[in-house]
Amino acid sequence: MAEVIVVTSGKGGVGKTTTSAAFATGLAQRNKKTVVIDFDVGLRNLDLIMGVERRVVFDIVNVIQGEARLNQALIRDKRVDTLSILPASQTRDKDALTKEGVQQIIEELSKEFDYILCDSPAGIEKGALLALYFADQAIVVTNPEVSSVRDSDRILGVLQSKSKRAEDKREKVKEHLLVTRYDPGRVERGEMLKLDDIQEILAIPLLGVIPESESVLRASNTGMPVILDPESTAGQAYKDTVGRFLGENLPHRFLDPAKKGGLFKRLFGGRTA
Amino acid sequence: MSWLDLFRSTRKPPASAGLARERLQIVLAHERIGRTREDFLPKLQAELVAVVARYVAIDPGRVVVNVDRGGDMSTLAIEIELPGAGGPARR
Repeated sequence: MAEVIVVTSGKGGVGKTTTSAAFATGLAQRNKKTVVIDFDVGLRNLDLIMGVERRVVFDIVNVIQGEARLNQALIRDKRVDTLSILPASQTRDKDALTKEGVQQIIEELSKEFDYILCDSPAGIEKGALLALYFADQAIVVTNPEVSSVRDSDRILGVLQSKSKRAEDKREKVKEHLLVTRYDPGRVERGEMLKLDDIQEILAIPLLGVIPESESVLRASNTGMPVILDPESTAGQAYKDTVGRFLGENLPHRFLDPAKKGGLFKRLFGGRTA
Repeated sequence: MSWLDLFRSTRKPPASAGLARERLQIVLAHERIGRTREDFLPKLQAELVAVVARYVAIDPGRVVVNVDRGGDMSTLAIEIELPGAGGPARR
């Protein structure tokens, strides 16, 4: 049986798709058969972030409506061969997703894959609810910013009441906090919420902290998940996060402001890699 | 930090904004066409498979459709696996 993981946040623009792409790639790099599903019907973007936008043939709605088979809609990643992507439909409306349809897809994928990652759309509407409904575990992506923390708290409530596990009164969805766009310099200057504060407010176990990094924009520009960039601090932090998820005991890195560096570095752009 | 790192930190990765622009132009060009025209791929696939099935017994599950959308040209590749000579194929 595959483990179903939802990447969710409530708020938009906090890094769900970046995280889904990086995390799925990271699991696949560890030889776990991994599929990542884009649930944002009408506004798909995971294909762009994964760099497979030119190869999309069929999508999740085609499969649900019986117009294509699941294996025809899956896109095999060319960089990591244990990784597949199931794109969202760009043209259909959200009602094309049904609980029964999604259930069928997840059951079929469970036979072939170890991990099924569900990249949730923002909000708490149908697409987001379906993305989290079948989850065994949830990665709650949160920025150190008031509205993001509030929305994360809201989505935690939804996980505890509207997921299948909650409805079936089974063991609750395992929740993980992932703080992204963390800027230790601004935290030190008192301009940004501290990690401890976010943890205290949301009160769920911390899986990882991804530092604010210029390499994330570069990754999305080029369609290469940031975890494939070995120089990137964000990529390294995602690698650690995947390791922790798989049970490794790794310390959190990049929590302190980067050292200033020499004159050379300051002159020639020693910015956050 | 070794003195070599001084040089290493000055090495900038190649600018990626140009690539972002190029990728967006291609993907949006295709999506804009798609907005005014129905998604024909599922139908095209079904019809092609039906035509081939008139001549050869094929397994509809063994049909692979690949597209590669480019700026000037796109390719559509439909791969239909035919049963071997010992199979139920008609001559």
